[in-house]
Amino acid sequence: MKKEIMIVDGIPVALDGERNVLSVIRKAGIQLPTFCYHSELSIHGACRMCMFEDEQGRLAAACSAIPEAGMNIRTNTARLRKYRKTILELILANHCRDCTTCQFSNDCKLQELANRFQIEDVRFPNTNLLRKIDASSPCIVKDQSKCILCGDCVRMCNEIQNVGAIDFAGRGSKMTVSTAFNIPLAESTCVGCGQCASSCPTGAIIVRDDSQLLWDAISDENIKVTAQIAPAVRVAIGRAFGLGGSESAIGQITAALRRIGFDEVHDTVTGADMTVIEEAAEFVERLKQGPHEFPMFTSCCPAWVQFAEKKYPELMENVSTCRSPMQMFASVIKASETDTRRHFHVAIMPCTAKKFEAARSEFAVDGEPRVDLVITTQELIHMIKESGIVFSELEPEAVDSKFAGLTGAGVIFGVSGGVTEAVLRSVSDDKSQTGLKFLALTGVRGMEGIKETTIEVGGAKLRIGIVSGLNNASKLIQKIKEGEHFDLVEVMACPGGCVSGAGQPIAHSAEKRERGEGLYTADRHMSSKRSDENAVVAALYEGILKDRSHELLHVHYKPREATQC
Amino acid sequence: MERLTDRAALGAYRERCKQRGGLLKRQILVCCGTGCMSGGSLDVYDRLKRVLEDKNLPVAVNLELEPHGDMIHMKKCGCHGFCEMGVLIRIEPQGFLYTKVKVEDVEEIVEKTIIAGEHIERLAYKTGGETYKKQDEIPFYRRQTRSVLEHCGHIDATTIEDYLAVGGYTAFEKALFEMTPEGIIAELTAANLRGRGGAGFPAGRKWATVRAQAEPQKYIVCNGDEGDPGAFMDRSVMEGDPHRMIEGMLIGALATGADSGYIYVRAEYPLAVSRLEGAIRDLEKTGLLGERILGTDFSLNLKINRGAGAFVCGEGSALNASIEGKRGMPKVSPPLYAERGLFDKPTLLNNVETFANVPRVIEKGAGEFLKVGPAVSPGTKAFALTGNIANTGLIEVPMGTPLRNVIFDIGGGMRDGKDFKAVQIGGPSGGCLTPKHLDLPLDFDSLKKAGAMIGSGGLVVMDSDTCMVEVARFFMNFTQNESCGKCVPCREGTRRMRDILERIVAGEGEDGDIELLLELSDTISATALCGLGKTAVQPVLSTITYFREEYEAHIYDKRCPAGVCTKLKTIAIDPIKCRGCTKCSKVCPVEAISGVVKTPFVIDSAKCIKCGACIETCPFGAILMGSPETATNPVEDMQ
Amino acid sequence: MSKSKLEPNVLEEIMAKTGTAESSVIAILQGVQEHYRYLPREVFGYIAARLGIGVARLYSVATFYENFSLEPKGRYVLRVCDGTACHVRKSIPILTRLRAELGLSEATPTTEDLRFTLETVSCLGACGLAPVLTVNDKVYPAMTPEKASELLSSLKEEE
Repeated sequence: MKKEIMIVDGIPVALDGERNVLSVIRKAGIQLPTFCYHSELSIHGACRMCMFEDEQGRLAAACSAIPEAGMNIRTNTARLRKYRKTILELILANHCRDCTTCQFSNDCKLQELANRFQIEDVRFPNTNLLRKIDASSPCIVKDQSKCILCGDCVRMCNEIQNVGAIDFAGRGSKMTVSTAFNIPLAESTCVGCGQCASSCPTGAIIVRDDSQLLWDAISDENIKVTAQIAPAVRVAIGRAFGLGGSESAIGQITAALRRIGFDEVHDTVTGADMTVIEEAAEFVERLKQGPHEFPMFTSCCPAWVQFAEKKYPELMENVSTCRSPMQMFASVIKASETDTRRHFHVAIMPCTAKKFEAARSEFAVDGEPRVDLVITTQELIHMIKESGIVFSELEPEAVDSKFAGLTGAGVIFGVSGGVTEAVLRSVSDDKSQTGLKFLALTGVRGMEGIKETTIEVGGAKLRIGIVSGLNNASKLIQKIKEGEHFDLVEVMACPGGCVSGAGQPIAHSAEKRERGEGLYTADRHMSSKRSDENAVVAALYEGILKDRSHELLHVHYKPREATQC
Repeated sequence: MERLTDRAALGAYRERCKQRGGLLKRQILVCCGTGCMSGGSLDVYDRLKRVLEDKNLPVAVNLELEPHGDMIHMKKCGCHGFCEMGVLIRIEPQGFLYTKVKVEDVEEIVEKTIIAGEHIERLAYKTGGETYKKQDEIPFYRRQTRSVLEHCGHIDATTIEDYLAVGGYTAFEKALFEMTPEGIIAELTAANLRGRGGAGFPAGRKWATVRAQAEPQKYIVCNGDEGDPGAFMDRSVMEGDPHRMIEGMLIGALATGADSGYIYVRAEYPLAVSRLEGAIRDLEKTGLLGERILGTDFSLNLKINRGAGAFVCGEGSALNASIEGKRGMPKVSPPLYAERGLFDKPTLLNNVETFANVPRVIEKGAGEFLKVGPAVSPGTKAFALTGNIANTGLIEVPMGTPLRNVIFDIGGGMRDGKDFKAVQIGGPSGGCLTPKHLDLPLDFDSLKKAGAMIGSGGLVVMDSDTCMVEVARFFMNFTQNESCGKCVPCREGTRRMRDILERIVAGEGEDGDIELLLELSDTISATALCGLGKTAVQPVLSTITYFREEYEAHIYDKRCPAGVCTKLKTIAIDPIKCRGCTKCSKVCPVEAISGVVKTPFVIDSAKCIKCGACIETCPFGAILMGSPETATNPVEDMQ
Repeated sequence: MSKSKLEPNVLEEIMAKTGTAESSVIAILQGVQEHYRYLPREVFGYIAARLGIGVARLYSVATFYENFSLEPKGRYVLRVCDGTACHVRKSIPILTRLRAELGLSEATPTTEDLRFTLETVSCLGACGLAPVLTVNDKVYPAMTPEKASELLSSLKEEE
């Protein structure tokens, strides 16, 4: 059958069931400007930048127009250019334009388009000069004066995450993106996942930057500063320094951290291996107790834990008591410390919610947190740049030998399905290479939001659910409440898992998928695949963890007051 | 009220209502539209009833019981349209129309007219030295063609029996038992009925699109969110003849396959809501709404949704969002709401007047409908005639009637003998027409060509005392307040336009402002998300087109030719005429006037809000208002 | 004012009439506003929980519609119609006069003693009687600044 064709700026493009004309235009190699279009979100149609013109001179928005065979459209006529410039000017007139001191400079889509369209003058008085900052959240910072009301964050928070912390408030030119009654984010239902920040085109919601605290610690000689690096960080950092692809850059990160001034550098993979061992044991123990109404939910993701606490407090007893890899590892690192100086432990994470987790009182010992500071990939990139380190020229270095026991199971924690696969590698009867490869094909891998699989272990059929994106978690919980049985459910708040974390550099879905593949590649390069093969961890169980594994590796979250707003 | 289980029962009940209605030759119709009610028509009604009862005159308030011929039928009817003259009372069989009736007049009306059959001249409408006894003789009514409004003001809007007595639900009966859905849509298409909500989209095509959708769950929605300031046609239909509109909805549901419907009424129309609630209650009791209507497979349930104050909800997709309990923000199209509308299901959405036109088309056939008005825009159109015109009120004329006939023949020309300057038509989406457009036929296409639109049909007439730049600012301010805020061009663009216009009327206009307004208008009309945004610039565009010199006078000469813009005005006291009587300083709400008794007073222009209260109070004509350079400043002259 | 505005029985009574589907949100808020003359903050959490929606969503709907007020309104709500018909028949001088006499502005629409709220309305559809104003939904036709002022005085006396 002959392919159906559409003409875009004179170029024939074959139609292949595209969702909208915008996708066809992009297929034709034209970067049509948009603010409010996100392939994962519903079509909003508010920014009006993606208008195109047909042969009759009629205009339509490419995000909502349906492609039809025979359409002949132009995307760059004199009229369209004029309208786009006027729209940009209107947005700029109501936008705090302190670009040189804006954390989002260079990442800002508005700045990029203003440059692209050569907006040299804004003819209207600026009506948003005063910054309106909500810095109450430990995870993100919101500045209403930079908001262009594209609604990406609102749809992210509601459609993808079902958190509903923010929404539009008011209307017309008084409209804002706001929490209920404009209460501080920290008092809202916000779980700190930061997906709003990762979808914001203008820096109106950004990742909280705590790097100054780290600089202060490093420059203090009386403080010992140690780091742990999460799996997902290594596959997301390279592009920021002109390295192609999403291969693991753990060696360069380690080298960079030492140059910045860290005393010790560790890999969270070690912590992940502990988590696998503890979680597998908890799971096996639970199975022995007989059937449960609800499955065991994983507990590695702090945004999910907070979501469960706020939205499903009744399910909390089914959430694994295992601390997250970051917290397990930090407990061990701090408990093993012999240096008498003050110990400042920093976790380099792909995640904004980890900042909240680190500060939770449940983990404090004598009022001292186990993780003193969480720095996201984004902040680390800024720090490396600020230090003048030429990242691409760094010779890879190994992490400190103290805890340098790593397995592939721990590495794949950074991608949706990874925790499940790692646990299954431990509990599975068939521990051969073929058995491991078989596990990878059972449906645990992939970027889909809801994955379900059934695996036979020890003669029992285990039904496993893997979700990423909190709305998917809600959907699965609804199914479970309606009677569907699951034994284990892995939840990651960010779509696709930690590789898509809000602390990572902003990326399209294809790049996020590549990061996941980068972790699976790193896994292939590991000689040990199973956490129970980790000799360092095994030694810890004989040493510091002997009789103390519950104290150091588990947690019982205190009931949180249900937040109404 | 009876429960009607089949066609025969409906026919029989209708016949009975007709007979009873026919028996009751003596009628008193008290207008109970919003206008007359605010003038106290309910008190007049109650008083009338009591006086009649006191005099042992038998009264029938509805057709439910067996009446006898001597009874006087008292009706709370809908708007007569002549709101300016309220409270209006019509008396049958004589056909007398009494205007500006007060409770105190009731006794006399009963004594003289009801009992003795005499006319009371003092209560009759008079104009041009003539006294009009009967309603039908008054020019305001004589020159109209009342079709949609034919029963408004003639039947009791609170009972279903009155509607049945004038042949109500005959069209629905015909559609249900004699026509196929395709046949109904074909008739509507042949009649070329165009939607009365604004853009004039052919109703038949819309109905056919909804019918064609494979999805079995469909909805029917009536748009009664008549938000255009200066329009109240739909309100009058909902208040005065609610059954007619519901009959249209029944036929629409039948034709498209909808079994569930909503009537969305703006919150400012409480009376319309209660009349519709009453109508739905009656219909549910009689079995004309609900499951298996008249023993057929056709079912329809109707709900009323009250708006909560958002003009944008008059836009179809925003209205649907509002019914869904969301913010009333328009959605992108495609999909059309005929394909995926309310609750994401195919939705037939028409406005009140469109549905109210349907029964006639179905009952009399397309041929009959096409006899009125031009073939491209057949039928009649209701207009709300307001502003600086002699006869304000609700009128209905054939489509294509020239503007001149409406303003001068029906409307009686300008108020207080002032000059006609412009008429604003189509509300915030429409434009201003000028004396040179007086022979323009009022239909969808002619108006569009002239840069205006029918909109829902508000005609606001403006005289020479109106500043057209101020009118443009007024509309831009309205649009800006009512913008939902979703799309950039409307949210930010209309705001900037309003800001520019505010500067101009404040005497701070700059060279280039007109061009910037035109540029913004172009961008907004081309790129806004919804129809309301796209057309929001019309009032500015049309005033720049026809009154550019007024803009220029404000910008370059800092002068308001109509003498309206307060910032361009000064108020001062002429010390020669002022006797120091202190009246002005007492009436001034902001204490801007001071002075010593019996010596000339002065106005502190920094405090003065230019309300003009002092001017009206001054017994000596000593206080003057004018543009800065025209008004002499007597205080300075003195110095 | 110390008494909590959260009266579950009142809210349940309202919701018994409207139902608790998400599509009933506006009707519920209208019921609440009719009862309290505004939307007290305390009721939001309760209603949101009953409807299974977030409070931010409920707040979002409440702040979209002009008729909902999050601030208490006065016992007398005066609304000056500023629709086109009233506007060209000089409704603004009426508003200016009333504002001046009550010491109110657009930003402060309610008197401190909660006796009067003064607002504008786009169109009441009573254009034939322009200019009009309403007091607690009763329509007063053909107003002038003087008549409005007299009306205000008589309302003050009624107190």
